[in-house]
Amino acid sequence: MKGYSALSLIRNALSGHQKWKPAWRDATPKKHYDVVIIGAGGHGLATAYYLANNHGVKNIAVLEKAYLGGGNTGRNTQVIRSNYFWPQSSAFFDRSLQLYEGLSRELNFNVMLSQRGILTLAHSHHELEGIRRWANAIIINGIDSRVMTPAEVKELMPLINLDCRFPIHGGFIQQRGGTARHDAVAWSYARAASEHGVDIIQQCEVTGFKTHAGRVTGIKTTRGTIGADKTTIAVAGHTSVLANMAGFRVPVTSMSLQAMVSEPVKPCLSTVVLSPVIHAYVSQSDRGELVIGGGADVYNSYAQRGGIPMLEEVISSVLELFPAFSRLRLMRQWAGTVDVTPDTTPIMGKTPVDNLYISGGWGTGGYKAIPAGGETMAYTIANDHPHPLIEGFGLDRFETGALIDEGAASGVAH
Amino acid sequence: MLQITCPHCGRRDELEFSFGGESHVTRPPLDSSDAEWSDYLFNRKNPKGIHYERWIHSYGCGRWFNVARDTVTHEIHATYKMGEPKPDLAPELLDGDSN
Repeated sequence: MKGYSALSLIRNALSGHQKWKPAWRDATPKKHYDVVIIGAGGHGLATAYYLANNHGVKNIAVLEKAYLGGGNTGRNTQVIRSNYFWPQSSAFFDRSLQLYEGLSRELNFNVMLSQRGILTLAHSHHELEGIRRWANAIIINGIDSRVMTPAEVKELMPLINLDCRFPIHGGFIQQRGGTARHDAVAWSYARAASEHGVDIIQQCEVTGFKTHAGRVTGIKTTRGTIGADKTTIAVAGHTSVLANMAGFRVPVTSMSLQAMVSEPVKPCLSTVVLSPVIHAYVSQSDRGELVIGGGADVYNSYAQRGGIPMLEEVISSVLELFPAFSRLRLMRQWAGTVDVTPDTTPIMGKTPVDNLYISGGWGTGGYKAIPAGGETMAYTIANDHPHPLIEGFGLDRFETGALIDEGAASGVAH
Repeated sequence: MLQITCPHCGRRDELEFSFGGESHVTRPPLDSSDAEWSDYLFNRKNPKGIHYERWIHSYGCGRWFNVARDTVTHEIHATYKMGEPKPDLAPELLDGDSN
């Protein structure tokens, strides 16, 4: 791989930045692949990379109906954390955080990981009790977590209004949590996968499956039919649409989750701060913009467009926490289509169709899971059985009843 | 902001209503298999297109009713009372519809 380095930066600066090579190859589809991954978002690209890098699979394609990283990978608020409650979630999401910690080095691409900490607020005595229990569970799961007093919260973020409508009683922080640049995550996996010979095929929408004897033999696309030994669905908000094409149902609701950024200002907020009760969170990007998010719109939607009622609720919540932000103008507001499951745990692994795999149900929290999602899906596809970290995430849990209910514990309840 | 026509009260802003998910889901018999029961409890149509769904007029008459709404454009094609059958929508609206 022609690596990025200080030296390559100087060399390219001297030639006026005219000689940079494209980071990945925009491929045209071949007749047949060993593995086809549908969806060139973070999860699809990471799965392709780990299949090639960790399992030596040679002949891989990633199909994308629009452009690489243009769905939820490029629409999220870049938050990375592993402050989950249940052991299965903790083990998986902390593996992901550990991979993020080494990602820039592994992929030779600066993903701008900033472990600035994520603070979860409590607005009542009872909520603080819940947060103590949650923070203790995280520590028992072997992950860093610390309960903070209101005075410590104020010291960490002087602009916060402790005496707001629902006064702040404290909170807990996961210091290893933070942010990383989402475009860089998609681009770095795309570049690394492309170096391994993975075909990344954009503007190629899947329209159906060719099946024979309960197996997928080919994928019908807007660029012709592509044969595949194994196929993986990694399409976030469109999980139900693709599952229907393959002939099975999934417990997924697609909704619009919106986010917004303010105009850039000087550094004024050093951590990610989140309030589960008033349903809003905010952080400041490296460019100085305040990045704001909240709950999903309440009804099914594939519009990639958020509604005004939720927008108003999120903004009023953030302004109650940080009255100083009321003078800022919003620059952009957008939404992504998130695929929410009943227990807010992802659906990963095998499907009722023999050689078809799924990585979906990521809901509002798929971004933080990209490295571990890719790593464990690659293992699952290569070995045709689930990776130990995702054994509990299978579609069959809805029949056995072994749900992993992170609804109350994963920060924002949906 | 959606404007929803409650079959009992007329057209009001979305803020007066709460969403209740997919409509016309029928509970299977109590002796059904685990697979049937799980399908009933958890699996949803979640179509990209016309969705038949339940809403309640929380800050109005407090009654449940059905809405046929497009999940891409958010256009509402029909609202109808609980217990009434799905309305006849133009065939082109239902193109590719898995309902």
